[in-house]
Amino acid sequence: MAKITFITRNGEKITVEGNDGSLMELAKQNNIKGIDGDCGGVCSCATCHVHVDPAYFEKTGTASEIENDMLELDDNVGEYSRLSCQIPVSDALDGLVLQVAN
Amino acid sequence: MKKSDLPDPFEHARLEKGHGHFNDQDDAVTMLLRLKDVRKTAKDWETFQSGAAPGRIVVPSEVSIRDTRQIPFEVDPPMHTDYRALVEAWFKRPDEEEYREKLAKIINELVDEMLTRDSVEVVEEFSLKLQSRALTLLLNIPYDESEIWISWGTHVFRSEDSPVDGKKAAILYDYIDEQIDRAIENPGDDLYSVLLASEIEGRKMTKEEVKGVMILTFAGGRDTVINAVTNSIAYLADHPASLARLHNEPEITTRAVEELIRYFSPLTHMGRVATKDTEVCEHAVKANTRVSLCWASANRDAATFNNPNEIDLDRKMNPHVGFGFGIHKCLGATHARQILRILLGILAERVGSIDILDYEENIEDWEEFQRKVGYNNIKVKFNAKN
Ligand code: HEM
Ligand code: FES
Repeated sequence: MAKITFITRNGEKITVEGNDGSLMELAKQNNIKGIDGDCGGVCSCATCHVHVDPAYFEKTGTASEIENDMLELDDNVGEYSRLSCQIPVSDALDGLVLQVAN
Repeated sequence: MKKSDLPDPFEHARLEKGHGHFNDQDDAVTMLLRLKDVRKTAKDWETFQSGAAPGRIVVPSEVSIRDTRQIPFEVDPPMHTDYRALVEAWFKRPDEEEYREKLAKIINELVDEMLTRDSVEVVEEFSLKLQSRALTLLLNIPYDESEIWISWGTHVFRSEDSPVDGKKAAILYDYIDEQIDRAIENPGDDLYSVLLASEIEGRKMTKEEVKGVMILTFAGGRDTVINAVTNSIAYLADHPASLARLHNEPEITTRAVEELIRYFSPLTHMGRVATKDTEVCEHAVKANTRVSLCWASANRDAATFNNPNEIDLDRKMNPHVGFGFGIHKCLGATHARQILRILLGILAERVGSIDILDYEENIEDWEEFQRKVGYNNIKVKFNAKN
């Protein structure tokens, strides 16, 4: 079980718990505003863009080339940007804080 | 080659030079063929505008046959942002449970009918009906209205001899004018009424603006959905193992739909007009000339997609641009995705196999490229699952 905190664009902080699936799916299950996951997680829509708290960036890992190509052209991209559909939920991510990008 | 295959006519040009050339009514189009160029250009709306003369970003150009600006499609920011904000929530309704249930009912009834028949012409008798009936949900108007749209046939916006026939388009334009007048007299909770009551820049939307939005929901969502549905059925006919997998592993459905959209790319390309002298893919583009974003070619770009010419239902990384890219990405995508997800689910549950009896391919002619985009007609037999 991992506790994950999403901070939406209007500053709302929501902490949820998850075991499996992706961070995008977890956000969708909990109706996190700004995470639409339109393409269902195949890296085609970028509606799941988040900024990972730098303290956790090592744990989530960096983006693949395909993911980076998508991020590069998205709004509000930053050093710690990731597409949350590409990050699997695991116990190792317990305490993770994510800022919704758009 | 299988009957359901859609070959990629762009491969050679994509690799060799990255662009193609289409001579269209004295307003030539440079077609951009590589995924990265297509995405970069779609993103750069300041250099590559949509808000040119109405009809100009469409290929073949519709400049000579219409004056109504399609909204939000032929508008640039900042107005584009305002229009999208007005309609975005409405076009997300297909994700709601009640909407999906109604869609499932429409599709189940249609499949009931198909299973009683020895032969079905999919384009007119299945896809057109499905597309029209589903559109009543998106517009939130009575189901029976779909009978009119079905009676128009698949060629209402296209004539047999010319892809841009003004007379054909008039049927739709007159119809929408009437519907807007009806909604003004008798407001309800349909999309016409919602738009008429909306405010933009602190004023009410005009009739002409409402017309511009409505035309687009009819025109943009018609051939695209019809081709996506028809091609999906042809694919399942040719690949019974995929039909069985969708039944046994329904969790792959979402991914399967994205892969089908990538492979079919129901909208081949869409234009933009350069606002200044510029360059794409080492090719000079002069101000006030047209380029097109060739989604169909980009979606077969081997620089990003492994085995691009294979339908791989397990493709996990699938950054396709079948629904476009950037600010103009498809507004109807939520609706289209739900149609396809629900359709695949119902076919997998109820249909054991599909036989293709006869067909005629629909080949688009872009001079340098001949692209199969679907079928003019395709007869099949649906066999019930026992
Ligand atoms: C499988 C079906 C569909 C496909 C493949 C598709 C494809 C596309 C593509 C590629 C674009 C981008 C055009 C551009 O960048 O200039 C687009 C835009 C658009 N589509 Fe679709 N479409 C589909 C279904 C629909 C449906 C069902 C509707 C509505 C009823 C619709 C309405 C629109 C609108 C309004 C836009 C313009 C959005 C904007 O400019 O902001 N589409 N579509
Ligand atoms: S959900 Fe579409 S890219 Fe992540």
